[in-house]
Amino acid sequence: MGDAKESPRISIRNLYKIFGKNPEQYVDLVKQGMTKTELNEQHGHVLGLKDINIDMPAGGIMVVMGLSGSGKSTLIRHINRLIDPTAGEVIVGEEDVCKMSPGQLREFRRHQTAMVFQKFALLPHRTVMDNAVYGLEVQGISRTQQLERAQHWVSRVGLAGFENNYPNQLSGGMQQRVGLARALTNDAPILLMDEAFSALDPLIRMDMQSVLLDLQKEIRKTVVFITHDLDEALRLGDKIAILRDGEVIQQGTGQEIVLNPADEYISSFVKEVNRGRVVLVETIMKPLAEGNPGEGPAIAIGTTLEEAAKTMTDANVGKAHIVEADGKIMGSLDIHEVISSMVTPIGHDDAIAAE
Amino acid sequence: MSWWNEFPSMNTATLRAVKKSIDESFRGFTREYGEYIELFFEPLKQFLIWSERIMLNSPWPLVILAIALIAWLASRNLRIVIGTVVTLLLIGYFDMWEDTMKTISMIFVCTIMAIVIGIPIGIAMSRSDRLQSVINPILDVMQTMPSFVYLIPVVMLLGIGKVPGLIAVVIYAIPPIIRLTNLGIRLVDKDVLEAADAFGSSNWQRLKNVQMPLALPTMMAGINQTIMMALAMVVVASMIGVQGLGQPVLKAINSQYFTLGVFNGLAIVGIAIIFDRTSQAFGKRLQKHQEVVHG
Ligand SMILES: Nc1ncnc2c1ncn2[C@@H]1O[C@H](COP(=O)(O)OP(=O)(O)OP(=O)(O)O)[C@@H](O)[C@H]1O
Ligand SMILES: [Mg+2]
Repeated sequence: MGDAKESPRISIRNLYKIFGKNPEQYVDLVKQGMTKTELNEQHGHVLGLKDINIDMPAGGIMVVMGLSGSGKSTLIRHINRLIDPTAGEVIVGEEDVCKMSPGQLREFRRHQTAMVFQKFALLPHRTVMDNAVYGLEVQGISRTQQLERAQHWVSRVGLAGFENNYPNQLSGGMQQRVGLARALTNDAPILLMDEAFSALDPLIRMDMQSVLLDLQKEIRKTVVFITHDLDEALRLGDKIAILRDGEVIQQGTGQEIVLNPADEYISSFVKEVNRGRVVLVETIMKPLAEGNPGEGPAIAIGTTLEEAAKTMTDANVGKAHIVEADGKIMGSLDIHEVISSMVTPIGHDDAIAAE
Repeated sequence: MSWWNEFPSMNTATLRAVKKSIDESFRGFTREYGEYIELFFEPLKQFLIWSERIMLNSPWPLVILAIALIAWLASRNLRIVIGTVVTLLLIGYFDMWEDTMKTISMIFVCTIMAIVIGIPIGIAMSRSDRLQSVINPILDVMQTMPSFVYLIPVVMLLGIGKVPGLIAVVIYAIPPIIRLTNLGIRLVDKDVLEAADAFGSSNWQRLKNVQMPLALPTMMAGINQTIMMALAMVVVASMIGVQGLGQPVLKAINSQYFTLGVFNGLAIVGIAIIFDRTSQAFGKRLQKHQEVVHG
């Protein structure tokens, strides 16, 4: 499935979205620093997004987080232009989505994107199977092909046997997986997932995360993934952006955000996170003198502390050394350091010293 | 202070002149274009005659069988089918078969006309708020204007007969199907439409795959009302020459034949109930996917 075509990168530039009767009128006020509350109280308009600039990596998973009402769904809807921006650009590959004609936009949506909706948005009068094939049907692909391709994903999300049920005969979690199967069947290079796993139980949720990660190993789609769950964000995200009141407050890799939270708001977000799964060995390794062969097993750069600790305890050693992909020795690792970094927060200074 | 006690109306002579000139110009229009208009409605007339001939010339057991079959296919309800057959047998036994067939044929053609004209108008209306605000008051007028009033221009244009009767019935009965098509489409869940858009549906695909199927139960309620109103109007339209159960009723009024009136009236009630139950059961079946609600 899927051609070898590169998935495009997505760049969002200076994006503003104001909801209300005359949004254009207030863009300048917002640019001059008017807040969401002021705009709502003085002019009755809702500030949805304010000066968003995000570069989403091609073929990677971009996670967007933030509290309820922070503008996540609004942001993701701009990427396939279900919402038109008040100002700014959404550049996918080389093209500005906001400048496409209706015909171009339709083609773009048919072949470049697939979306999973927060509220599922299934077609209630269609069975599970007929929901799953919808994207292909719209593209005008033959019915046999539609069914074949949809069956694969319907089974993969664990709904085999329910093909002929209607959505309201299914539980919430099952309905969400129908939405997932519908998007995956479309097999588009861009996958937009708005809280796509929120209604799933923990076991199925883990399984669906694996589906996504496996898919990424094979095909490398550009995925935009919204979630409220930081552990999920850290497991999936190549890059994470955090929104508040329609503004990006921090973006970067999971480790960057966990180690250097930009402010109180993000600190409170990342406080409870399992650091062993986020912090990488190179962050806490000690430099080795030139020519020192290092002790214990070799651990590759980019390994998480949790995995490193497992390797070292399995080998029953207290020390290990870190190597680059080409085998060059980078530094040494002590099991005590590893464990203390996993349980106590790394201070601001330590993180900087390690860089 | 005369204007205080007596309404300062237009003076009688002017008013008469105004009415007269409107009537005159309409008559002129009729004289000029009446022929073309009749020609325009010729296919409709043929359709009417064809459907009436089929109903009248087929042997009665076949007709009952066919109607029972349709009732079964639409409702999948044995009680409705039995009720239908019994009603038709009683109608035949009391010697109203021929008039009933004429009325059913008339209703059939009127309903088809109302659907063919009404649904596209309803769809257009659902897509434009401006059009909705233009059409809604027209529909209000059509529904509240005493039905006798628009018999007049129709008769002036086309004379007395089947076609003018049909037009009058369709005008009277079409508003519900237009309104409920519009309403049904407007009530379709925005989230579902958004999903259809997100996968790149064209306008037509959106209409065909999402809006129409989801609006269908509501539209069915409109069709049901349209049939009922057509049935009510058929009696009135007998005044301008529509044949069927209305004619004996009219005769009964003029000559004060109470029993004749009641029998024919009951026959109308009978077929009204058949149409109503069958089309409602059909509408219910269309909503089957909404039956088993989970959580
Ligand atoms: N169509 C609209 N009209 C007016 N305001 C809107 C509209 N859509 C969204 N908003 C506002 O934009 C803000 C962001 O909404 P959005 O749905 O993007 O939040 P979210 O981050 O997805 O929240 P959640 O986690 O609850 O899904 C909210 O303040 C909301 O009231
Ligand atoms: Mg949301």
